[in-house]
Amino acid sequence: MSLDKATVRSIAELARIEVPEEALDHLAGELSNILTFVEQLAAVDTEGVQPMTSVTAMTLPLRADDVTAGGHADKVLANAPEAMEGFFTVPKVVE
Amino acid sequence: MAYILQGDTGDWEVVIGLEVHAQVISNAKLFSGAATAFGAEPNSQVSFVDAGFPGMLPVINRICVEQAVRTGLGLKARINLTSVFARKNYFYADLPQGYQISQYELPIVGEGTLTIDLPDGSTKAIGIERLHLEQDAGKSLHDQHPTKSFIDLNRSGVALMEIVSKPDLRSPEEAGLYVAKLRSILRYLGTCDGNMQEGSMRCDANVSVRPKGASELRTRCEIKNVNSIRFLQQAIEYEARRHIEVYEAGGSINQETRLFDSAKGETRSMRSKEHAHDYRYFPDPDLLPLVLDPKMVETIKAGLPELPDEKKERFMGEYGLNATDAGVLVADQASAAFFESVAKGRDPKLAANWVMGDFFGALNATGRTIDDPPVTAAHLGELVDLIKDGTLSGRLAKEVFALMVETGKGPAALVEEKGLKQVTDTGAIETAIEAVMAANPDKVAEIRAGKDKLIGWFVGQVMKATQGKANPGMLNELLAKKLKG
Repeated sequence: MSLDKATVRSIAELARIEVPEEALDHLAGELSNILTFVEQLAAVDTEGVQPMTSVTAMTLPLRADDVTAGGHADKVLANAPEAMEGFFTVPKVVE
Repeated sequence: MAYILQGDTGDWEVVIGLEVHAQVISNAKLFSGAATAFGAEPNSQVSFVDAGFPGMLPVINRICVEQAVRTGLGLKARINLTSVFARKNYFYADLPQGYQISQYELPIVGEGTLTIDLPDGSTKAIGIERLHLEQDAGKSLHDQHPTKSFIDLNRSGVALMEIVSKPDLRSPEEAGLYVAKLRSILRYLGTCDGNMQEGSMRCDANVSVRPKGASELRTRCEIKNVNSIRFLQQAIEYEARRHIEVYEAGGSINQETRLFDSAKGETRSMRSKEHAHDYRYFPDPDLLPLVLDPKMVETIKAGLPELPDEKKERFMGEYGLNATDAGVLVADQASAAFFESVAKGRDPKLAANWVMGDFFGALNATGRTIDDPPVTAAHLGELVDLIKDGTLSGRLAKEVFALMVETGKGPAALVEEKGLKQVTDTGAIETAIEAVMAANPDKVAEIRAGKDKLIGWFVGQVMKATQGKANPGMLNELLAKKLKG
């Protein structure tokens, strides 16, 4: 599978990664190679096979509805680049 | 009656589907042990999972799962015993993980039905497409600082049920009735408090239009940020008219997300959402598929309360109420229970009239709630008894009711105290009639000459003389007899 430049530009934008225009062609080539490599899996016939979600026969564990965390705004904010009055602060994002 | 918008080129029909986000009632969040209470100090109810810290893993809350199943059963929907959580990827300041854990291809609840009650007493079935569980995002405050947005993650990770309708709604009114009915059912089930002001129930509307009689579905726009039923209806009407204008001018509608501005009463494009439809969903590798034990579903089903539709049917059958009255009374579980305790062993129609009329009026006027009513069900029941046994006329009963609201006392005590008992003594009424006739011989003569309209005047005068206590039926009868001479 080969990706064109426009698709790579759009993927970069969705991932919020700034990619210079001149790097797009090269990246398109690299990503296309990765996709082609992975596409080999499509050669396996998976007709009627359920997707495997775990190597052991496990089901999703359920937790009791108890409050066991929270109450530490200081720790939550400790690594924030910016905080004020108990809030994270970011450049204004408003419509 | 069909809702039709008239354009320059002809009549248009509006097609609406709603996505309601209902916050699940639970102590802890969907995938973490942080609390869910509203109004706490900022970031005080945030675990490291909710803050998207590296290496933190989500573990699902059993009660949130049960609440979703309960809601699904209440919507007469198919419960999917296996469902899958997926990541919905997007960037926003209040989404610390960079993705929302949601459900995509396999939601916990599939197709169901919700019945809306139209004002003329008829009903319409609205299809439910699906219900899935997902995490809420944090909350952004934009008015705290000139250049900064403030982010509070207390809401981040709280369990939401996204309930998606089929595009079966055809008017702003139907959309409003759908939301009201859904809220009523959620409250009956105890799965969401339905509080739109606090944001525990939020609504997005998908709106498109088509020429009347057409069956095609045209491009829709999604309107966000509608936090009341009234705004929802305004937003739909505005958006439908906008589509019609565009089509009639030869243009086309682009599928987009729009924001409703309640101050201006209009919708506008949300530029930030231009690329947002590419969410790149994929199964969340941190979470195995959710597999439900059929016994758990059966247990929840067996424990469901009597829901509004069933209660309405019962009120119509058991109490002989019409569909509209029954619909009003069952909208709220506590109101329905209040009515039932007033109506028990009494004339149900009289009880219904008093509950929906003076009692609901008093609730509004006093700003009190059905859980803390200005008049108890027992007292209102006694009042109905006093009307039924002839102690009070309808008019006196209204007076007594007002005093009950004011004083909190029971009707029997007030009737005694204020001497409000209806006069049913023939002699006393006759005396009063004779006094009025003696004072107005000219009017008596006019009536006897055929001016029947004056009878009403005489009724008024005698009522005034008896301070309104004369039994109206007896008064009319005696007065007619006397005036004929």
